[in-house]
Formats: sequence, structure tokens, C-alpha cells
Amino acid sequence: MMTSFLFRALDAKAGVFVAILLAVIVAVPALNLLTPPDSPFHVPTYAVTLMGKYLTYALLALSVDLVWGFCGILSLGHGAFFALGGYAMGMYLMRQIGTRGVYGDPILPDFMVFLNWNELPWYWYGFDMAWFAFLLVLLVPGALAFIFGWFAFRSRVTGVYLSIITQALTYALLLAFFRNDMGFGGNNGLTDFKDILGFDVQANTTRAGLFAASGLALMICFLICRAITRSKLGKVLVAVRDAESRTRFLGYRVENYKLFVWVISAMMAGIAGSLYVPQVGIINPGEFAPANSIEAVIWVAVGGRGTLVGAVIGAVLVNFAKTWFTAALPDVWLFALGALFVIVTLFLPKGIVGTISQGWTAIRQRKLSAAYADGSDEPPNLPPNSPAAPANVTRAAPSSGAEPQPAE
Amino acid sequence: MSFLKSFLMFLCLMAGLVGTGAAQSDLESLRPLVNALAEGKYKETQKQIGDLAATGNPAVAPALEALGAGELFFRKSDKQVFIAKKAGKGYALSDPLTLEDAGETGRRAVTKIKVNNNLRRVIRSALGSLTLLAPDPKVRMAAAEAVFKAKDPEAIESLEAAIAKEIDDDVRLVMEQARAAAVLNSDGSDGDKLEAIETLASMGNREALSLLIGLRDSSEGEVQQAATRAVNTINKSLALWDNAQNIWYGISLGSVLLLAAIGLAITFGVMGVINMAHGEMVMIGAYVTFVVQELIRSSAPGLFEYSLFIALPLAFLVSGAIGVGIERGVIRWLYGRPLETLLATWGISLILQQAVRSIFGPTNREVGNPDWMSGAFELGQLTITYNRMWIVVFAILVFAGLMLVLKKTSFGLFTRAVTQNRRMAASMGIRTPWIDAMTFGLGSGIAGIAGVALSQIDNVSPNLGQGYIIDSFMVVVFGGVGNLWGTLVGAMTLGVVNKFLEPYAGAVLGKILVLVFIILFIQKRPRGLFALKGRAVEA
Repeated sequence: MMTSFLFRALDAKAGVFVAILLAVIVAVPALNLLTPPDSPFHVPTYAVTLMGKYLTYALLALSVDLVWGFCGILSLGHGAFFALGGYAMGMYLMRQIGTRGVYGDPILPDFMVFLNWNELPWYWYGFDMAWFAFLLVLLVPGALAFIFGWFAFRSRVTGVYLSIITQALTYALLLAFFRNDMGFGGNNGLTDFKDILGFDVQANTTRAGLFAASGLALMICFLICRAITRSKLGKVLVAVRDAESRTRFLGYRVENYKLFVWVISAMMAGIAGSLYVPQVGIINPGEFAPANSIEAVIWVAVGGRGTLVGAVIGAVLVNFAKTWFTAALPDVWLFALGALFVIVTLFLPKGIVGTISQGWTAIRQRKLSAAYADGSDEPPNLPPNSPAAPANVTRAAPSSGAEPQPAE
Repeated sequence: MSFLKSFLMFLCLMAGLVGTGAAQSDLESLRPLVNALAEGKYKETQKQIGDLAATGNPAVAPALEALGAGELFFRKSDKQVFIAKKAGKGYALSDPLTLEDAGETGRRAVTKIKVNNNLRRVIRSALGSLTLLAPDPKVRMAAAEAVFKAKDPEAIESLEAAIAKEIDDDVRLVMEQARAAAVLNSDGSDGDKLEAIETLASMGNREALSLLIGLRDSSEGEVQQAATRAVNTINKSLALWDNAQNIWYGISLGSVLLLAAIGLAITFGVMGVINMAHGEMVMIGAYVTFVVQELIRSSAPGLFEYSLFIALPLAFLVSGAIGVGIERGVIRWLYGRPLETLLATWGISLILQQAVRSIFGPTNREVGNPDWMSGAFELGQLTITYNRMWIVVFAILVFAGLMLVLKKTSFGLFTRAVTQNRRMAASMGIRTPWIDAMTFGLGSGIAGIAGVALSQIDNVSPNLGQGYIIDSFMVVVFGGVGNLWGTLVGAMTLGVVNKFLEPYAGAVLGKILVLVFIILFIQKRPRGLFALKGRAVEA
């Protein structure tokens, strides 16, 4: 069963993507560690870390795409799950500092000593153990997503209302984590990490290892998403996206499907956050800012919603552009990002990958039709509609397609 | 004729002479008392101050004030007392009673009359009872308040005298309260004290409360019981005032939310468009105010008091025009795709923010308050600042104006028709695209004038709008879409709830609780408090 599950995930297109990803995972650390610094092929460590960061963003984009592209849930609060995963990892890393902090307290992190706390709050227990922290990286975002989704999907909060309350969720968490008495370092967050699993976080080898781990996590999550969306479950998800009420009338428990994919997606975002933190070396409440979550959505939109590869490509492209712009033309970056939002929604509703694959299918179909007209016995139908073509974007709603809808 | 005239003049002259003569002799009779201050130690000085105060003549007040301030000196040669101020190397002397200039003297020729803290207190209360008889009611009021603070039992007599002569009701009230405070501090009879407790209890403020609590803890018997009762009454009334204050703060916050959200309610309600750039319209309104004020400062400073009135229509037009531009340029291509609209308008908001940052710089800009917007007044135990009050008034006016537009004009009728049933409205000949553009312009324009108001209480920076966008969404979603009353109720409820939570939970936690409350509320009523009734079913 497991093999068929994975087999379903790996068709030719996904295979190409996984192969490229694997090559990157092997090549980048190798070029960093094995080539001498003056070699033209040498990849400097900062670039490894930067690319590692892009990969965690790509994983976040993948998780957003899973719920938005395939289930129609536009989450403006996925940054919350990302940051929660990051905080779980940050707490583990804080406990690893031990007596090497500024105050040299063997148990309490520096900021607690600074705040005159005498003992560790209960929710910090266990974070000195790696397995516990890594488990919570999954469980905390998962549990929050479960509780939130349980209520929201059961009471049929949909569309923009859901988007707005996910935004409220991450905003509330932002405010909460800014408080010093929450015990998460307040404004400054958690930083000054030393070790991860016994390796120095600053060392080149650890950086390369973290890069490889981010790449592997991205690959595994990609395969899981691929398997989910290509299964029967995935078809139901697409049905929910395109006609929720109709799916419900057909007898599917829509809320359970939504909840399942929502929790999976939140856990993936948590993993992304946990890999992000050791690479950038800090986690602070700013990661909860609603703007971050919205930016993650635009990565998906640029790459192409409903195409898993597109989410990854979009995240990497936009963030590469961001790095370049903020260094070269810092004033222009927000103009560029804003224009990107507008242009993509107006002219590229399917994103880069979606548009390319649409063009490719159109060409192929024309060829097939021509062949059919010449007497071939193959009907000119598309292969069964793959989830890669988001239906509700192209769907010409007969009655209310291009008109404003009162929000009721 | 000329005789009569000269006779009258003579009479007047005589009267004047007698008058000044009497005043002069009065002052001269005081002089020994003043000069006595040169003798003796603290204990004697205290008695001498008492003697001076007992004359009840306001003329000794400057001398006493100077004594308290350490500016009363006596000349070593003849023990004459003077008010002395430092002038160059020596002192400039002036007469303590007539305040006439008395020349200068060297530093060594005079000695300061020393006072200690105890004496200063005695002086204060003596001054208090002296100025109780001053002709200016403001001085009398201040004097009575000073006695209230000093609680000097010795002032009771002078207070009683002053109360008997007092003509101003407000001043008399304060005097009676001061007397009550002094009585409680004296060893008077229980009957007097009970009466005093009643007077204080009717004051009902924190000062009276602390006095009465002190009395409750130090007295016994009937007085203690009465004090306990009075403390309880005051506590109760103070709790009421606290609630009133919370409600006022809540209404004030609610009106800010209302201003920020009401434009959003229109665009969201009518067109189902999530306009993430709404906060930036508010921000642009605030910057219009800034520009207007800058222009006025440089060209017509006299108009500054009216700057807000000039800014209001301009802000409406500028924001409204940008709104129409956004609708025609971007949003109309995205109808039926609310989630994409949300992303596109978010992009527009980034562009607008960065544009304002490039033009005006990233720092806060100074927007001044006209005189009629600054200051505060007291209502019972409430302090109400004028800018908050005017913003509440303004929010209500904007709401009423918008209601009028929507209910009484043909444009409003069309808008409501389009909200309720777009296709039917179109069939009846309403140009729905035009209505969409105008409605979007109206909503944005309202956001602009909200920005004028918010520039008075918030920092005018490119991030101004972002701070309001989430809150306004909460208000609109909570109140229910397509219903302005819902927005009003939603804004006020959230404002008041927020302010009531703050004392218990702190500002940040209070806000978090409100957000969680809204998230839960949406579960219960996904369409808000006042949902439009209808049979619409999604696909």
C-alpha cells in the first residue's frame, strides 16, 4: 500500500522535479565543502544558508498551496504555523546553550535571568531533548490547526471570512508573543544559538547539513502532497474547492476533508519554520506578522496555485528577487512586490507554471485534433483533468462570473 | 455753579484722603507684627505667624508668602523686616506691607528669617485662611482648596467667617468641604464630625475617600461607623464613575474604529470586495491634512484654526479619486474572485505605502491640533479631552451623513438595489458598473476623511493604515456585512469591550481576547451580527 502510495506520487513530471531537487541537495553542500574557496565552483557558506532559507520558504509555500490551490482555503495565517514550528525549534536551541549564555545559568535562558525569573516555566520542560522538541514542531502547529479548523470548518466559515479570521489568528499570536511574560523572549525573541544536535550552528558543515535537511524535508513533503492530491482524497478536495455545497450534497463530509488537509498543511509549515530558525539564527514575534503570511500566498500565486512545483518555484523566484532588490534598489522592492501582486492576479491567474502547462496542453491538443482529423482513432480529449489545472480559475461561472458578488 | 463744582471736588478729595489714611494706619498697625518675625526661634515664629494670620488682613499675605519662599530678611542694624530679592552682589529690598521699593543693600547687612518644613505648612494654611477673604473668587477657591489639603484645625474659624460672607455657591461648597476636612482633623465633638463626614461623603472623589479611610482607621464608635458607611458609598460611586470612564474610553475607541471601518463596510457590503488598501486610504487622508497644514503655515497662518475643515473635502476627493482609479484599473477585472481581489489590493497597498514613503519620508509627520481640538474639560469625575470628544461627534456625523446618502438620495437607492440583487437592478436600468465605481470612490473617500480625524490622535506615518486594517475588518465582519447599523454596533461593542477588558487583562491581552472572541463569534454567526436576510446559496 505504501509503495502504491509513493508510486502514485512519482510520475514523470514529479520525477524530474525530485531529480533536480536531489541534485541540488547533493551539489550545493558538496561544492561548498569539497571545493577550495578560490575555485570558481565554490559556493560560499552564506549562499548555502541563503538557499537553505529559500528552501524552507518553498516548503511554506508548498503547505499554502496544498490548502489554497487544492482545497480553496485561502489562509492568511500560515505564517503562524511557520513561526510556531520555529519557536519550538528555537526553544530546543535555547536549552542547548546551557552555561554558555551571557549569564551562565545552566537551565534558564538569558532573557529569563534578565527578567528575574527563578525557574523554568512548565511549557519549557522537555525542550532539552531533541526528540521532544522535534515532535512538538509537528504537534503544536498541528494542534492549533486542528482546534481552529475543527471550529471553523464545522460552522462552515468559508471564503473571505475564513481568510480574515486566519489573519486575526496570526495577529493575535503576534501580539501575544510580543509580551514578555509569555516566556518566549518577548520582543527580542530567541537568538544567540550555539549547538544543534551537538554540532556548532555556525560551522560550515552544519550549515551544509541544514541545507540538505531543508531540501530533503521539501522533497518528502512534496511527495506527500503529490500523493495526497493525486489520490481519490485529492479529487474530493478539488471538488470541495470548486463546488463545496455540491460536494456536501453528494454525501461527502466536507469539513473532515478540509480539516485533514488543513492540519497536514500546518504541520508542514511548522517543519519549514523549524528548519528556518537554525539557519537564520533568530526567531522573533515579527514572524507572526500578517504581512508575512500574505507574502507566502503571493509566492504560490506567482508560481501557480494548484501546481505543487509552482509553489516551490514561486517561493524561490520571489525571494531571490527580494534578496537582489533589497540589496541593489531597496526603495524599489515594495513597488516591485506590490506590482507583482497586481500583475499576477490580473494577467497570470494561473501563475508561471500553470500558464506554461496550459500553453503546452493547448499545443498538444491542437496536434491531437489534427491527428484525429487525419484519421487517428484516438479521441482528442485531455487526459482526465489533473489537479494541476485549477478549475475554478478557468471555470466560466454561467450566471455570476464577471460580476461583483455582494459578500453575504 | 463753579462754587458747587469746587465744593464737590473738595468733598471727594476729603473722602479720598480719609480712605487712604485709614488704609495707611491699618498697615502701620500691622508693621510691629511683621517686624516681630525678626525675633526668636522657630517656635516663636510659629506664634508670630499665627498672630499675623489672626488679623485677617490680606495685606500680610505677601510677607507670609515671602517667608515661605525664604525671601523675607531683616536688617541687622534696625531689625526692620524686608522682602529681599537677589540683585547683583546684594539684595533688592522692598517693603513687606506696601511692597514699595526700599533700595538695595549688601549681602552682609541683612539676615534671612529661617523657616523649616513645619513652619512652611503653618504658613500655607495661614495664607489659605487669609486669602479666603480675597475679592477674587478664583483666589478664594484656591485658598479653600489649600486649606482642604492642609486640614488645619486652626483654619476652622476663618473658614466659618469666610463661609458666612461667601456669595459664590461653588466657592462656598469647596469651603464647606475644607471646613469638614479640618473638623475631622480637630478634636471637635462627635456631632460636628458626623456632619463633616456627610459633607465629605457627598464629595465622592478620591481625596475625600482617602480622608475618610484615614478617619475610619483612627476613630471609634459612632464616628467610625459613619466613616465606614461613607467610605462604602464613595467606593460605590467611584466604581460607577470608573465604569462611566471605561464606557467613554470605549465609545472613543469605538468611534475611531467606526471611522476606519465604515468605508470598508460600504465597499465590502456592496461589492463583496475585500479592499486591503483601505488602510492606505486612511493614511492618504492623514497626509492630505499634513499637506494642507504645511501650505497654511507657509502662506496663510491665520487659517490654521480652519485647516481641518479645508482638509476634509480635499481628503475626500483625493482618496475618493484614488479609489475610483483602483476600481476602474484593477478591481473591476477581478469581480467574482474575492480572494484574488484581496491579493491585488494588498499589492496596491504596498505600492501606495512605498509611494508615500518615497515622497514624504519614512518618519512621522507633525500634524498640529487646532486650539479647539486641544485641552480637556471635567464632567463629574471624568476628564474628557476635546480631540476625543470631537472625534466621537465627527464619527457620528459621518455615520449619519452616510445613512442619509444611502437612504435619501437616488444614488443611495441604486446602491442598495445593487447590493440586494445586482442582476435585477441591472435589468431595471441601473448602470451597475458606474454604481460600483462610485461606491468604491465613496468608501475610499470616507476612509480619507477618517484619516483627517485620525491624524489628530495618531502618528502620521506611512504605516498609519496598516494599524487599522485588521481592526476594521474585525468590525465589519463582526457587525455583519451590508448593514451600516451593524458596523456602528460592532465598532462600539468592540471598543467598549476592549476598554473594559484592559484594566483586568492589560491592553495587549485585552486585544488578544477580543480577537479570540471574534474568531469564536464568527463560528457561531458566520455572517456577523446583522446579516442580510435572503435566500442566496452558493454554488
